[in-house]
Amino acid sequence: MSAALPREPGSAEIAALDAQLQRTWGTGRGLWERLATVDHKIVGRRYVITGFAFFVLAGVLALLMRTQLMKADHELISPDRYNQIFSMHGTTMMFLFAVPIMEAMAVYLVPLMCGTRNISFPRLNAYSYWVYLAGGVMVWIAFLLNVGPETGWFSYVPLAGPEYSAGKRTDFWAQMITFTEVAALAVAVELVATIMKQRAPGMTLARMPLFLWAMLVTSLMVIIAMPAVMLASSFLISDRLIGTHFYNPVEGGDALLWQHLFWFFGHPEVYIIFLPALGMVSSIVITFSRRTIFAYTLMVLALLATGLLAFGLWVHHMFATGLPRLGSSFYTAASMMIAIPSGVQIFSWIATMWDGKPRFQSPLLFVIGFIVIFVLGGLTGVMLAAVPLDLQVHDTYFVVAHFHYVLIGGAVFPLFGAFYYWFPKFTGRMLSERLGRWNFWLFFIGFNVAFFPMHILGLAGMPRRVYTYPSGLGWESLNLLSSLGAFLIGVSVVLFIINVMRSLRVGEPAGDNPWDAPTLEWAMSSPPPPYNFMHVPVVTGREALWQPGPRQVLEGLSPSHREVLCTTALAAEPDIRQPSATPSLWPLWAALATTVWFIGSIFDARAVVWGAFPLAVCLIGWLWPTHPEPFRERSPA
Amino acid sequence: MCSRYLASLLLIGCSVLAGCEREQRAFHDQAPAIQSVSPTSFRAGGKSQPVAKDPEADKYERNAFHISEGKRYYEWYNCYSCHAAGGGDIGPPLMDDRWRYGGEIEQIYSSIVEGRPNGMPSFAGRIPDQQVWQIAAYVRAMAGNAAKTAVPARGDEMKNTKPLTQIPHTPVRTERPKTQR
Amino acid sequence: MNAQRATGLRTVGAIALTLLLAACSGKQAALDPAADQAATIGSLWTLMLYVCGFMYLLVLIFLGNSLWRARHVLSAEPVIHGSQSTAEKPLRMALGGWFGLILVGLLVLSLGSFLIDRSLANARVDDALKIKITAAQWWWKVEYDAETADKRVVTANELRLPVGRPALLELQADDVIHSFWIPNLGGKQDLIPGRINSLLLTPRREGDYRGQCAEFCGLQHAKMAIDASVMKQSDFDTWQQQLAPAAAPSTPEQVRGHEIFMSGPCIACHQIVGTPAAGQTGPDLTHLASRRTIAAGARPYSFEALRDWLRDPQTIKPGNHMPQVQLSDSDLNALTSYLDSLK
Repeated sequence: MSAALPREPGSAEIAALDAQLQRTWGTGRGLWERLATVDHKIVGRRYVITGFAFFVLAGVLALLMRTQLMKADHELISPDRYNQIFSMHGTTMMFLFAVPIMEAMAVYLVPLMCGTRNISFPRLNAYSYWVYLAGGVMVWIAFLLNVGPETGWFSYVPLAGPEYSAGKRTDFWAQMITFTEVAALAVAVELVATIMKQRAPGMTLARMPLFLWAMLVTSLMVIIAMPAVMLASSFLISDRLIGTHFYNPVEGGDALLWQHLFWFFGHPEVYIIFLPALGMVSSIVITFSRRTIFAYTLMVLALLATGLLAFGLWVHHMFATGLPRLGSSFYTAASMMIAIPSGVQIFSWIATMWDGKPRFQSPLLFVIGFIVIFVLGGLTGVMLAAVPLDLQVHDTYFVVAHFHYVLIGGAVFPLFGAFYYWFPKFTGRMLSERLGRWNFWLFFIGFNVAFFPMHILGLAGMPRRVYTYPSGLGWESLNLLSSLGAFLIGVSVVLFIINVMRSLRVGEPAGDNPWDAPTLEWAMSSPPPPYNFMHVPVVTGREALWQPGPRQVLEGLSPSHREVLCTTALAAEPDIRQPSATPSLWPLWAALATTVWFIGSIFDARAVVWGAFPLAVCLIGWLWPTHPEPFRERSPA
Repeated sequence: MCSRYLASLLLIGCSVLAGCEREQRAFHDQAPAIQSVSPTSFRAGGKSQPVAKDPEADKYERNAFHISEGKRYYEWYNCYSCHAAGGGDIGPPLMDDRWRYGGEIEQIYSSIVEGRPNGMPSFAGRIPDQQVWQIAAYVRAMAGNAAKTAVPARGDEMKNTKPLTQIPHTPVRTERPKTQR
Repeated sequence: MNAQRATGLRTVGAIALTLLLAACSGKQAALDPAADQAATIGSLWTLMLYVCGFMYLLVLIFLGNSLWRARHVLSAEPVIHGSQSTAEKPLRMALGGWFGLILVGLLVLSLGSFLIDRSLANARVDDALKIKITAAQWWWKVEYDAETADKRVVTANELRLPVGRPALLELQADDVIHSFWIPNLGGKQDLIPGRINSLLLTPRREGDYRGQCAEFCGLQHAKMAIDASVMKQSDFDTWQQQLAPAAAPSTPEQVRGHEIFMSGPCIACHQIVGTPAAGQTGPDLTHLASRRTIAAGARPYSFEALRDWLRDPQTIKPGNHMPQVQLSDSDLNALTSYLDSLK
């Protein structure tokens, strides 16, 4: 292995190497090959498309709810159906859209940004997608068959317990949690390993793009937060199916235990959704301002601080439960402290734009929309952190407005910006700028028309999660306005889909780096070849592609075997050559076995035992020791 | 091969339909009317008559909402005071396999409506029909005879009986009531 | 043209104003306080609104300025290190200032919140009127405490409070978690099975208010309201005194209704003090006709509304636990006129 200035190889040499690498890393077109693929780009693309499909489905549910609430005493949807609809809206948005799509973008982008050929644990990655897909499809089929969750995305006991939620509805919900959390944990582990061990040589921690930092913090948060909710949902399902008493107060359980466990996960969850979006915002701001980020170190510290603080403020969801008042005040302080890192980041982005040369194209428009909306949501968050004020507005439409400002403003706007930004890399074609502007303005206006009135509705006394409301309380006109705004958002999302469909066929070809962006994913052709990089890139500065002088590469990875380069965790010095897993169908079989296991246990507790056997067989097949590739005889193709 | 696909499709279809029926929240159901069991069929020392199964009544013991409501009304109407949580007290237990007056849901329904000798009062006109069916479905669940996928594991109150989901199915065995008791 | 525009502007302004005022007045509005607690929280809201509004304005100004500046900058080589820019130093100082401003703002807000919370938590409760509120799916049981058992008043879905006297509510639930909330009087408090919570309200202004369950509690969470009124102490005393046993039926029709009630399924769940009806699982009906709403605020009280409710409760409030009882029209009228006599 040796570092070298890129020679000027002949085009024949390049073509030969490309063909060789294509053979090693490529995925064929046959059905089985597609199912067996472990290419992070293909898995990531599937993940993104599935996540977006769930976003659209949950959006349709939102429109149904807004239609119902358009006027007072509207009885279009029965309370039973409405409860299922709002539960599915929340569940789908949080568990099937927001977290997975952020991780999906990372699955696609992180290896490219790191400058490596595949994600670490590629088979686990494939498994994670299949499990996620199975969980999402399961809960949606259940919903369409009238077995959808009915107790909200938070499923408070005792309402979700065996006595008050009859049938299998909540069981499906609880198992859906298990599915998606397994998938999320798997991806989190891969991302941490990829970011820590597979960065390009020279990409020290201090030179890592902020998106990688954001994903690193997010993944660590997933690893710490998700087990809490898996524990909670497992307790719930065993209460429901085999009569345990974790949440039964008269037998020594506690109804509030659920809320503690759920929010210990649920609050970090918000930041798990939000931090990747911050990474996207940083990427877009840097590229479109043509300036390195202002106060990089503070930005990294802000990400870390947000990640840490996120675990210390779950109680602010529970101020009304009658916990000791003085104790609650500490959580007020902790919740308000989150405003410090957020404020610093907002300042840094604006400062970067202020000092840079911003180009107002669609991705940056969405970032500006993000700042305008998210800051308002953050400030209402500060209000909600105060115990007395929270007691008034908790569980009202004020909170609905707040978290839509934070989550749509803080995550969906950056995500759409990211779609516009990275779409050329994903597909090789540009999205239409004109449709992009329509998309942005309709979304921005529709969003504010839909959600700003909800602040007032909340203060005017309208509680959340009501399927209808009486007339005469002054809520009619604001609700009508809000519904109109919701439909505007719907139009805007349809425009986005049209834009994508159109661009896929007739979009302008993008070239390698249409935005002149500084990070490594723009160093190869668009869409990227299956092997990502012909040679391992060497990084000499924080904005890798903006560095002056010729780009350096590292040679020495075998072109005929799946190999990735591992580097040291801090300084990113070349460490070892690591074989990367070959395509396999075992992840798919293992995911199917997991599905049978999880769904079986909804109907019969004994499935926990018998369902483990097929999975064990699959895992044995998956992990069956084989000779590492370099030592295997290979006939030249 | 084709027929196997067809069979499995059919099986899936059936279980899907069963799911729909299990989850229905019927607030407005017309309660099935039972005429086939008349009070004269039962006398102390007499023998219970076999009942014509009513498919409408059968729905109650397969519907999760009805069983859950039945559980609620079992407490509200104070069935506890004699039958306890199903283990029986001054009234006979409801979770074993011995039924003096028949353990089919229709028979339990009539026992509640008509009352039975030795202390079981008649609830005719006291409990609306649909609620009687719901209670009867819950009583069936106590002996493990309602659909296992529809019963709740436990309630949120003190109880010394097994979770309903864990009670084995006990075939209904009608025995002659002991007159001296 | 100009005049038209002016009228248009005026209309828009009027609409915006009405929308904003919606939050500031009404019988279920947090910013129209009628009790000490709601008023105190209202002042915290004002503080929050000003501080947060100021911060938001600063962000918007900075953002707007950065976008405005962009028009004058020509495209150039990317800046890959902050030190290349002359603006780096002033920006750092500005960041320091911003950081300090956030700290001061948060300090003001958390201190304000803390002090207000303490003052609410430390309020005097010795001479408070004690009321026990039990929530069930989907109605409220309200019991006024008294020295002797026969003076205890039990009612449902209505809360009457004397003006100026603190009321200490003891909150519990039998089935699932509910949340008690009358926005005009004060913040909400959850009612959780297995726990007893309390809430202090000190009403200062007479009037009629409305409260509503604020924690999702199942099918009819939307129709679980409580009718609250704050009245003079003398009116309150009169109201409590007349809550003796129920009036006996006087007309023949009422007598027949009484018989239907006592012989039907009604008595299994409902109580009417002074009659054999002693059910405890449904709302107490002793003075049903003196209430302003039926079915926990689902309908305003009237003879017709009550009759519709008795005829088919599952259409008005699907899923609630009041069963549909088959009655002939004349029986229904008789039953309604009996219940209507329970003033």
